[in-house]
Order: sequence, then structure tokens, then C-alpha cells
Amino acid sequence: MAEDLLRMEGIVKIYSNGVVANNGVDFSVKAGEIHALVGENGAGKTTLMKILFGIEEATSGNLLLNGLRETIKSPIDAIQKGLGMVHQHFMLIESMTVAENIVLGMEPETGLLLNQKKILSDARNIIEKYNFPINPQDRIRDLPTGTRQKVEILKALFRNARILILDEPTSVLTPQETTELFEQLKTLKNLGHTIIFISHKLNEIKEICDRITIMRNAATVGVYEVAKISQQEISSLMVGKDIDLNLNKTPARPGETALRVRDLVVTDINKRRLLESVSFRLRRGEILGIVGVEGNGQRELVESITGLRKPEGGKVELWGKDLTSLSIKGIRRLGLAHIPQDRMSKGAALTSSIKENLISVAYDSPELSRGPLLNLKKIDRWCRDLIRDYQIKASSPEVPVKMLSGGNIQKVVVAREFSGDLGCIIADQPTRGIDVGAASFIHHKLLALRDSGAAILLISADLSEVMELSDSLLVMFGGRLAAYFESLSSVTEEELGLYMLGLKRQSDEEIKRCSA
Amino acid sequence: MKDPGQNKISLENRFEALRFFCAIGIAILLSFVIIILVSREPFTALRNLFLGPLSSMRRFGNVVELAITLTFSGLAVAVMFSANQFNMGAEGSFYAAGAVAAMTALGLPLPPVIHPLFAILLGGLTGAVICAIPALLKAKWGASELVSSLMLNYVFFYFTRYFCNTVFKDPDSGYVSTYLLPLTAKLPRIIGGTRIHLGLFIVIAVTLLTVIFIKRTRWGYALIQTGRSPGFAGYSGINTSWVLIYSQLLGGFIAGVGGSVEVLGMYDRFQWQNLPGYGFDGVIVAILARNRPAWVPVAAFLLSYIRIGADRMSTATDVTSEMIAIIQGIIIMLVAAQAFMSRQRQKMLIKEIRSHG
Ligand SMILES: Nc1ncnc2c1ncn2[C@@H]1O[C@H](COP(=O)(O)OP(=O)(O)OP(=O)(O)O)[C@@H](O)[C@H]1O
Ligand SMILES: [Mg+2]
Repeated sequence: MAEDLLRMEGIVKIYSNGVVANNGVDFSVKAGEIHALVGENGAGKTTLMKILFGIEEATSGNLLLNGLRETIKSPIDAIQKGLGMVHQHFMLIESMTVAENIVLGMEPETGLLLNQKKILSDARNIIEKYNFPINPQDRIRDLPTGTRQKVEILKALFRNARILILDEPTSVLTPQETTELFEQLKTLKNLGHTIIFISHKLNEIKEICDRITIMRNAATVGVYEVAKISQQEISSLMVGKDIDLNLNKTPARPGETALRVRDLVVTDINKRRLLESVSFRLRRGEILGIVGVEGNGQRELVESITGLRKPEGGKVELWGKDLTSLSIKGIRRLGLAHIPQDRMSKGAALTSSIKENLISVAYDSPELSRGPLLNLKKIDRWCRDLIRDYQIKASSPEVPVKMLSGGNIQKVVVAREFSGDLGCIIADQPTRGIDVGAASFIHHKLLALRDSGAAILLISADLSEVMELSDSLLVMFGGRLAAYFESLSSVTEEELGLYMLGLKRQSDEEIKRCSA
Repeated sequence: MKDPGQNKISLENRFEALRFFCAIGIAILLSFVIIILVSREPFTALRNLFLGPLSSMRRFGNVVELAITLTFSGLAVAVMFSANQFNMGAEGSFYAAGAVAAMTALGLPLPPVIHPLFAILLGGLTGAVICAIPALLKAKWGASELVSSLMLNYVFFYFTRYFCNTVFKDPDSGYVSTYLLPLTAKLPRIIGGTRIHLGLFIVIAVTLLTVIFIKRTRWGYALIQTGRSPGFAGYSGINTSWVLIYSQLLGGFIAGVGGSVEVLGMYDRFQWQNLPGYGFDGVIVAILARNRPAWVPVAAFLLSYIRIGADRMSTATDVTSEMIAIIQGIIIMLVAAQAFMSRQRQKMLIKEIRSHG
């Protein structure tokens, strides 16, 4: 048996608010493997990796690198020992170029000034060495998520990382980007790198990982050869019981039109069209999916519908009322809920408590307030119910949301948006970063809401999720609708891919059916 | 049934309190050292600094009087800062409201009770307007509220001083001041041997109302969320521009009430020829109290106690009151430093968790 390259023994981590995030975790990785780390939301995966990378200090436990006792005191220390980490939430500087971000902190020095030429050539070298399709002079803010992630990986490689930690790298990627990432990971593996891969998507793990460590409730459940364990087995080990991943979806029974989008036009400051005359309608009792490679107008569409952005042209009507002239409050009063893509700056206030996050939409409703006063008793009961129903893992409703795990933050957002009187739900990546069990819970919830008459617009980068849930489907490309499928029975992922990449486009007549 | 989560939260609060008093303890220790170094009579100096305020009824009265003032300005700043607005308008509000209250007292003959109430109300409104202007400028044109409020302080200071020093000036007074304020308008003293006035009850009421406003009302909730994350608040449907404006109106109103109460309670004439500095002290108080209204009176009392003690020390001994500025600085830094004592806190926690399993 090969020596363990890295070994963590009996790791305990107690956070400053008293949460025991790791409770005697054992974790080891062999040289040259891709090792999966899985577990439910809040199981302690990110915490374990933060300890490994020197961001958090373990309360107790040992670390062995190449069989020798080591302590890692800081990320700088970790980098010097050959570790690299790509975080669940990216940490690039948006206004800087790719080259600057890669080299950042390790700039070649010539006196006081930065040597721009050297920075650029260094970045070029590493990009070529690993054969990543990136232009080092692009600014981060102009890049799609998939590319940003590659920059994060290159940043680690530039610092000579031999062990790469990837915390949920694929939860933000489109299927194409994921495929590309996997190619690159395989190349890295062949070059002798060791990779720790955290993901909630078990099919991905089956695809590229060699071994898997499963965590539950802050402890290790077991280590397995990926080839010898099924997805079903993995998920029951994670959850501690068998879970039913079958949706049992019944056919939709669409009712009257709830949301109607007419000739929507959005332009950026340079008058470039981001949305080009988009029209469709969404009926009660149906789930309409929208797929597309990120950056093809989905974001602008969602923002225009939900009132975060005033479109340059066209109309959005809910129950026949024009939303473009209403405030966000006004729009929400009409029964529109919105799960935003960006949970860190919109969907949640990180420094506020779970309770404060859960009531932000309904705090002034008659249920939760009495005149100008908040009804603290009712609020408390309401929050406890939501926390229980959505299994948000937290020690109390007063805990600040920033202390929750990524998936639990998402659950807070979903719980809030799914409560109240709903007519129409705009769900943008509703299960991003959520574990299998919770994702399946949200899927069931979406279907139940649909069956009770809600109109649901589902935007997701996860093709299989959209295809499983949607009753009909729109494909977006270049700010326009590229295809409409009234039912999904005959559509394949490959075919969708062609539309998503702009290689194929339905005729205008075919697309118009979606606004009939 | 006891909820373990609640337990941890209360531990957190207990720790906050512990840390607050440790910070003060350390600051006191440091001031010991400094005074021993600079003074020829260090023990007399220290006695005066720490016990001076307790040495007579009148001096303790001074502490309370100043604490009343500092509580008003601390509350004003805490409310404005909670909305994440670095509005320094409390200073100008305090002065201008004091002047307006004095002018109302002099210019409008009203019966007792109604007279001070009306003067305080007008003062409060003056303050509200002054603090709301930077917010409006920000909402409309994105002007930095920090800069515009600092500049506006001078505008309103000179503007109101001009009236007090011309129209309402008493030529027979030995110094530049207005006429004597009529007794109908003044806030009566309530504790013999001190100058503690009816403002004490007003400040208690204002503190309670502010706590209720922030913690219990919909508007307070919207204010706090907007301050913490405007993106989140806006997305949730909270009208953030309106929040921005009403938070500054309210903060300014409190500062204005403070200025009016100060003038009607403490002075026979309006005689401020300079900005009194209470608005800026409010910033210190708000930071010490971490913008939490319930803590503001505690922080205000503390600062006031140190100030009066310093006064005693500098009149009775050879230690200058400049020293006190240094001691104040140390306390504020220690209290404001989040990470101070985080190790102790971690140890406390681990012990607690191990003992409860
Ligand atoms: N900074 C923090 N302070 C306090 N508690 C924290 C902090 N970060 C995480 N936690 C808690 O530690 C536990 C484990 O969190 P962690 O982020 O490691 O989970 P995870 O396995 O990565 O979950 P996910 O799949 O949702 O990302 C959670 O209960 C979380 O609430
Ligand atoms: Mg995580």
C-alpha cells in the first residue's frame, strides 16, 4: 500500500460560537490520486480543508505530511508546504487582470515598482505549461465563472501546489465548463498532482475520483474506492439513512397565464444589447426551465422580472400588471418570490442572524407585525418552523448567517422565498451547493408548489436538474431565445448543447409558441 | 426545555460585557503607569482622577449632567451609523438646535411646560433637517455624507450663531451671550446640590424609545438590515433610499433634542461661541457602545466619569488634562478591537462545551 501523502488524525474544531464543526475527523490522501470529500451541508468539509490550509486553527488533532508531523499555521505556510486551495466562494480581485491575480503576492520585484512585463511573462508561462485557454491580460470582472475558476487553479499551481484542494468547484459551472475542468484535472493528475475534490454531485465523483471519504455530523464515516461503491450507497452513508431520489413527477396541469414577458430589451452602458426582444409566458401550475451558458442574458432577464433592473424596452406583466414600473416591494406584494443567483451579496445578509434573514421579505406583513411593531413571538415561532422544515443546521436562530456552511446559507434563502403567499417563483440556481438530500427536498417542494398552482421559472446551470423538473424549456443564446420545447420527452442533453452554444436555432415561428 | 443555542448566545453576551470591563481595567492600569511617570504627586493625582467624581454630590452631579448630554449625542450617532452612514451632522445639530431652543425660549412667550416642550421640539426638528441634508445629497448625487456633513456643521453653526449674537444679544451681559432665558422655558433642577435637571427623564425616555425603535419596530429592522447589507435589503423589497433618509432624520432629531435640553437645562443664557464638541463625543460613545442604543448610556456615563475625573485631576494636581485624552484613546482602542481577548473567549467556550458534552 502506498504511503499516505497527507494524513489528518483526530481533528477537532470548535468555532468561536461553540459549533463543533469537526469532531475527531480522520482524513488521508495518497500521492497522485483524486480524492473526493463528501457529506451533507454543514458536515464540516470546508472546515476540515480550512484547517489543512491554515485558515482555521484546529482545536486539537494531528497533521502528517509525507509521514512527518507538521503544523500549518497560515495559508502562506500551507503554500510553502505545497498546498493550494480554490475556495467555495472565489477570492479573486475583480478589477485586476488574470496575470496580476495569478502572480499576486509573489510578484517579481525590481525595486519598488512592479515589473509588469515579468508578471505577464510569468503568467503566460504557467498558462502554457498547463495548457489552459486563458488570456492573461483579461480583467477578472469580464470573465465567466468557469474561467475565473481556472484562474484560481492556476494561481495555486503558480505557487507550486502539489496538493490542490477544490471546494465545490463545479457547483458554479455549466456542464460544458465542468467537462473542461475535468479534462484539466485529469491532466494535472497525470502530471503527478494530488487533488482533493469536494462536491455534492455524485455522478461527477464517480467520473473522476479514485477514492472517497464520506463525512457525517462532523466525523468520518468511511473511506472507499469510488469504483466499488454506488451513488445510492454514498448518499445513504452521507445521510445515515436511505433517501429516495425519485421525484415521482406528475404531468403539469397549466392554468391561466401568470407572468408574461413582452419584447424585453436590456442594453449595457455601451448600448450593447444584452437582451434582444425576449417574449414568453409562464402559466400557473407549470415549471418553465431556462438553460443557457452563463452570460447569455439569463441574469438580465431575471433582474428585469424581479425589479432589480429597469429594462430599456418591453414589458413584464404579472397577473396583467406591469412590473417594470413597480418597486421591488410592489412586485413582491403581487406574490413574486425570487431565489437569486448571488446568495452572498443579495440573497443573504451575512452579518445578520438567520432569523433576520428569514423575515426580510415578510417582516412587515400582518402575520409578523402588529402595527409598527414586530411581533417577536410569532417571528420566533415562524423562524423555528422554517429552520426545522428546511433542516437548516444551526445552533440557534440568532446565529449570524456567515457562520453557516455554504449549503445552509442557500437553505435559508430558499426557506424564506418559499414561505408566504406565492403566485410566481423565479428560482435562479435554487440548489447551488446543496447536498443531495436537501436538493431533493427542494425539488419536491418546487413540484408541490407547482401543483398548488404556483408559476415557476427555473434557471439552472445543472442541466439534469432542469430537465428533470421542467415541464417545458427555453434555451437562451446571445440574449435571445434560441429554442422552445413544449415538452421534454424528446429532448436530449446533446441537442440542448447545440442550441446553447449557438450552433442551432429554431425558427421564429417555433419559438413564438412559447408566448402564445 | 433549555435551548443549547440560547446558551451560547448568552455566553457571547457575557463575554462582550467581560471584555468591555477588561478593556477599561487595562486602560486604567496604563493610566496608572503614565501618571506615575509624569506626576510628582501620582497618588493624589490618581485619587482625584478615579475618586474625584465621587468626592462630592456636586461633582457626581457633574458626571450625570455630562452623561445626559453624551447619551443624546451617542444615541444620535448610533442611529445614523447603524444605517452605515458616517454622518457627522450631530455636532452641527447639537449647536444649532441649542440656539434654536434658546431663540424660541426668548422669542415666543408661552406658558410653562408648553414652553420648553415647544422649544425642544423645534430644536429637534432643526437637528433632523441638518442631519437629513447629507443623506439627501448622497441619495441624489452620491455626495460623501462624511464630507458634506462636516462642512454643513460650519454653515449651520455660523448661521445660528449670527442670530444669537445679533438679534438676541444682551448688550448688558458681561460677555457675548443672549438675554437671560425666561424661567418658563427652563428645565427645572430635580436633585438638590446638583444641577441635574429634568433632562434626565427625557434622556431615559429617549433611550427607551430608541431601543424599542431599533429592536422592536419594522422601521428599525429595515434600518439595521440596510446598514448591514444594502444589496440584501434592496433585493428583499426594503426601500433603502427612504431608510437612509429617515435614519438620518431620526438621528438628527435626537441630537437636536439633546442640544435643546442641554441649553434649557444647564444654562441661563445661550453663550456657545464655538461648536461644543458633543456631536463628536457622540461618535466615541457610539463606537464604545458598538452602535447598540441600550449600551449608549453606559458608555456615555463612562466617558463622562473619565472627563470629570480628569477635570478634577488637572485642577487639583500637576497632571494636565491632555493625559486624559491619551487614556481615553487607549480605552476606545481596546474596546473597539474585535480580536482583543479572543483567546480567552475560545478557552471559555471550549470549557463550556466540554462540560455540557
Ligand atoms: N466561521 C464560522 N463560525 C462558526 N461556525 C461556523 C463557521 N464556519 C462554519 N461553521 C459551522 O460549522 C459547520 C460545518 O461547516 P462547513 O462549512 O465546514 O460545512 P460543509 O461541510 O463545507 O458544508 P457545505 O456543503 O454546505 O459547504 C456548520 O454547522 C457551520 O454552521
Ligand atoms: Mg463547504
